[in-house]
Amino acid sequence: MPSLSVTNGQHKRWVRISHWIIAMSFVALVFSGYEMLMTHPRLYWGEVGNDLTPALLELPVSRNYHHNGWTQRESFFDRPGSPVSAGRTYDIFNQNGWGRSLHFLAGWFLFVTGAIYLLAGAFTGHFRKRLLPRRDEFTWRSFLRDVGDHLRMQIPKGGGPYGLLQKCTYVTIVFFLLPLMVVTGVTMSPAVTAAYPFLLKMFGGVQSARTIHFFAFVALVLFLVVHVVMVIRSGFRQQMRGMTLGK
Amino acid sequence: MKQQHLITRRRAIIAGLTSLSGMLLPACSQPLPPTYGNILRMGDVLTYKAHRALLPGQSLVKEYAYGDISSFPATGTIDPSVHSEAYGPFLKNGFGDWRLSVEGRVARPGLYSLADLQKFPMRKQITRHLCEEGWSAIAEWTGVPLSVVLQHAGILPTARFVNFVAYDGYRESIDLLDAFHPQTLLAYGMNGRDLSIPHGAPVRARVETQVGYKSIKFLERVVVSDDFIDNGDIGWAWYVGI
Repeated sequence: MPSLSVTNGQHKRWVRISHWIIAMSFVALVFSGYEMLMTHPRLYWGEVGNDLTPALLELPVSRNYHHNGWTQRESFFDRPGSPVSAGRTYDIFNQNGWGRSLHFLAGWFLFVTGAIYLLAGAFTGHFRKRLLPRRDEFTWRSFLRDVGDHLRMQIPKGGGPYGLLQKCTYVTIVFFLLPLMVVTGVTMSPAVTAAYPFLLKMFGGVQSARTIHFFAFVALVLFLVVHVVMVIRSGFRQQMRGMTLGK
Repeated sequence: MKQQHLITRRRAIIAGLTSLSGMLLPACSQPLPPTYGNILRMGDVLTYKAHRALLPGQSLVKEYAYGDISSFPATGTIDPSVHSEAYGPFLKNGFGDWRLSVEGRVARPGLYSLADLQKFPMRKQITRHLCEEGWSAIAEWTGVPLSVVLQHAGILPTARFVNFVAYDGYRESIDLLDAFHPQTLLAYGMNGRDLSIPHGAPVRARVETQVGYKSIKFLERVVVSDDFIDNGDIGWAWYVGI
């Protein structure tokens, strides 16, 4: 039951406006975030990670992948296994000048709109009435049946209330993945973690936060793909009318 | 008449945007970096203002244990003699002829040799360098807090910014909150040795509350100013606390 409309077939105006501001911010964040990933396509765990330390995961996404433009390594200490230094001689791909600034600008739009959406959703009863599964609604049996229906592409036309799987997905996105994105994002800020060091403790380091940020990005992009497919399969014109004009 | 007092949505949006642009498009007299009418730079200034308004000012960044020191790539300029004829001769006598000029809005502008800087109270800190590219590394830095040198030179009460000029042509500036941060150093040592050339010899800045590129290498001059000194929009955010 992938309907995007609610019981009365309408989305409230504040839901429609915040949906599209967040959607546009998300596109800008994915675009600039992918550019930043291309600049350093290596992921690590902990506080430290660079071209001279082992990576958790390396992504072949730019000319920076496995480039070998380094001067000879020199040890910092006179002992075996000492950390080393090397100078980079390779002209890397780096568009972070605009990439980072666009990322944070879009981040501001997402954060401010998201905060207003969360407050409005809590105070108008939108979450309670429409987004959260009712206590009698959620059973594993009906959840699995809903998953099965979707896998067999048995998708009802839009117009009714949200289905169980749909509710669970939106709850995961709204209350878990997007907030996780914001919190892992600011954990990469040296000014923020100087003031709030518990952020580094919570994620086990700046590079862990970056890696979690990446996997949450993958999950959100997968959600976007499924979301768009569902909009198309459940009646594209009706769904788009519902989320733009509100009818 | 009553119509006039209605706060319509349109009026509220226009009023909101006007006050927002007033915040983001600072006039010349205000102590903020210019935005060049560029919406991305406006976002950076908004981040700067939000950090200064919301974050406690002088929190220390995390310091690590000696065993946490990691491998550390040298990026950007790794040999400034390519860019500057003045730098090469310093290498002949181990930077004995090198002088750091502290100038601008200070009562006693002067030239400081490496030995002069090493006579000041020294600070050692093991901190994490976070590069805007996405990588990080931990090193032990030895140096003199920038605040000590600024006070020795007699920084004037109207001063608002500290500008760095480097031998490879780079320029950076920071506000006084970051300049007087206890962990902001003029660093001459790294991991217990003299700072190596690829890492910014003889002296580099360490601005631990911001991303790596503010920690400018190969220092030549420290210029204190009342106003923001405009080097043009170099394509990079001036404030990178994030």
